[in-house]
Formats: sequence, C-alpha cells, structure tokens
Amino acid sequence: MNGVHDMGGMHGFGRVEPERDEPVFHGAWEKKVFSLRFACGAIGKWNIDMARHANERMPPAEYLAATYYERWLNGLERLLVERGVLSARELETGRSVAPLPADERARVLRADAVDAVLAAGKNYRVDEAVPARFAVGAAVAARNIHPAGATRLPRYARGRCGVVDRDHGVFIFPDANAAGLGRKPQHLYSVRFAARELWGETAAPRDAVWLDLWDDYLEPAPAR
Amino acid sequence: MSESPHDHDHPAGSHFTEVELRVKALESLLVDKGAVDPAALDRLIDTYEHRIGPRNGARVVARAWSDAAYRRRLLEDATAAIAELGYSGAQGEHMVVVENTPRVHNLVVCTLCSCYPWPVLGLPPVWYKSNAYRARAVSEPRAVLRDFCLEVGDEVEVRVWDSTAEIRYLVLPERPPGTDSMSEAQLAELVTRDAMIGVAQVPVPGGGAG
Repeated sequence: MNGVHDMGGMHGFGRVEPERDEPVFHGAWEKKVFSLRFACGAIGKWNIDMARHANERMPPAEYLAATYYERWLNGLERLLVERGVLSARELETGRSVAPLPADERARVLRADAVDAVLAAGKNYRVDEAVPARFAVGAAVAARNIHPAGATRLPRYARGRCGVVDRDHGVFIFPDANAAGLGRKPQHLYSVRFAARELWGETAAPRDAVWLDLWDDYLEPAPAR
Repeated sequence: MSESPHDHDHPAGSHFTEVELRVKALESLLVDKGAVDPAALDRLIDTYEHRIGPRNGARVVARAWSDAAYRRRLLEDATAAIAELGYSGAQGEHMVVVENTPRVHNLVVCTLCSCYPWPVLGLPPVWYKSNAYRARAVSEPRAVLRDFCLEVGDEVEVRVWDSTAEIRYLVLPERPPGTDSMSEAQLAELVTRDAMIGVAQVPVPGGGAG
C-alpha cells in the first residue's frame, strides 16, 4: 500500500538526532509492548508480513505522530482482533469472555522456551526448486506497481533500473504471505540502483542503494 | 520533537499516561485469557536488556579483524560465520555482512519499518526507527552521516542497504590504525554499535580523530 510507512526519500522530518547513552527501552510500558508483541506472535495466529502490514494500516496522521512502540501497540491490538485471539468487545472492555482454545493454549510461549525460540528464529527461505527469472548481472527494472495490500517494494524504486548483484535464493513472498494467500516462493535478489537513477543528477555519482527484491517486483530493464 | 516518548498527557487523577494504562489493560486481558505467560515476558525483556546487544556484533567484528579465514567466511556466508560465535535466530536468520574499505562506506537502513539484526546488535535505537533516518538515509546518506559528524570523501562510494526483505545487514567497519598489537578482546571493546550500522567509524584508541 502507498502508505506513510514507505518513507524513503520523504522531506521535512529534520535532522537525525541520536540520544546519548540511550537505554534499550524508555519506560516500563515499552518493555511490555515489545514482549507482549513477541509472545503473542509465538502463538502462531499471524506471520511477520501480516504483523508489518498491521502497523502500516495505522491511520496515517496517527502513524506519523506515534512513537515506535505506540505503532507496535496499535498493530498488536489490530492483529489480536483481526486474527481472532481477542474479540473487539474483549479489547474494548478489557475483560476476557472465553479462554484461549486448547490448541492455541498449547502454543503459548513459556518462560523456559524463550531462549530456544529466540535462538531458532524462523526460516524465511523455502527449500523448493523454483527457477530464477534473472541471473546475477542482469539489468532489471522495478515494476511500476501500486498494490493496495502489503508490499516490500518501496515507492522510490518503482520504475527505476538496477542490476542484480546477488541471488539470495528462494524466499517467502511477503505480498502473498501478508494476505494469507500462502508463501508463493520465489527468488529474492539484492539489486543495486545507482543513486542518480533514483534521485537524479544531484546525487553523488558513485553512490548506490541496494534493495532486496523478489521476482514479482522485477522485469527486464527496457533498452535505453 | 514528535517522536519523544515522554510527551503524553496524563489523564486527570492518574499518574499513568494514557498509553501506559492501555498497555496495562491489554497485558492483564491477555494474561486472563491465557494467551501470555508473564514469566515469558520478563525473560524476553531481560534478554534484550542484558544478554543480546551490540557486544555480540563487536565480537564478530573483532574476530574478523584478527582472523583472515574467519573474515572470508563472514563475507561469504555471514549467517554461518556469526553462528560460529553462538549468535543466531530471531531477526538475524539470514545475515549479510558488508565490508567498509578506504573506497567503500556502507550504511544500513529499513525505510519501510525498522528491520535490524537483533542477534548481533540487539534492539534498534530510537534514531534508527525515526522518520528522519528512514526518509533520508537512502536519498541523502552523506547528509545523514554529517548528522553523526562523519564526513565521507568524494572518492568514497557510499552504499546504502535498505532492508526490504528478511535479510539483515551488519557493517564490518575498518580496523583503526595503531591497533596491531591489540588482542581480539581489546579490539571488541573498541567496536561501537553505530560503526556496525554504518553511521560512524571505529574510533582510534586513545582519542585522536575518529
């Protein structure tokens, strides 16, 4: 979706302001949002692409004004209701009407499993022999598409030409995964775009931006 | 600025902010529901406050500076090489390490959200997640680096890595001069989080121009 989360190249946000001796969390509520979000994710009712897309759908004016963990909280509440962990009524009243079903209860993240779950992570690579549409070195263009749902193709790259620099292998395709349409596994490439191709002649001549882009985002570069 | 975490109003008669009250309500609802184990929450928080952070990445960098064969493995298959030191898993499942040289300066960003290599750097700082960094790192990286007091010469190629997929990036900074006699452990002490994101260089030990 063409949302405010797709920030690459926007103006008006001012300087980047690092904080000296920054703590990992600013206050107890941030710790809770982080840990609740991770723990709820472990129940398995949503995947990473659904989770990201939940944050992206925060109303744009609210998103821009919110802190990072406020966005996470908003996204978590949306996920819990949309994916059926809580009813809208439960979220509104704060009162549990029915316990989690037994099969989901069995997947609740327990303290003694945290270390192993973190160390294992998730595997986003798919062990399937899907043919690659592009070879390393191929001249490609990011397609000029504007999906209304989740996508990991930023606006600033659409319609721009680059070169495939590395083939990461076959990965889950987020646009499908976020919509619950399955993994649609396909090759993921690291694609180099010259800074001047993206930002025009005022960009430094040697600089470049690398994006990780899936087959469905790419087409052969038009002849120039 | 708008992203300060401390600018919320306190509702009348409460010493908690609105967002704090909302989080407390959600937590108690989820515990009642049986959806979260409070001890698991504590363990998660403790892990990222005390056990998983940029010291992990610093050890990876120091090993690469000290051991040429490790450096080669790290640049060829970062996930496996980092796992050799015991770091793996959530938000670092598929790692790529990019190397700074006198001719190349690498910078990592996530313009769409805040993707960051947790196993080696821990959770990201607020500035990494800020609108300003996400907006500007791809379009004017040299100006962003100046916000960090880092000037990169015209002869250097700036490479920006926008983390749009599940690949996570770590910058292997340049080893500072005057460190030939230092042990791997001493080298690890020098390496900063910001150098591994690419907004700083590793400072020369003992002061000097960094």
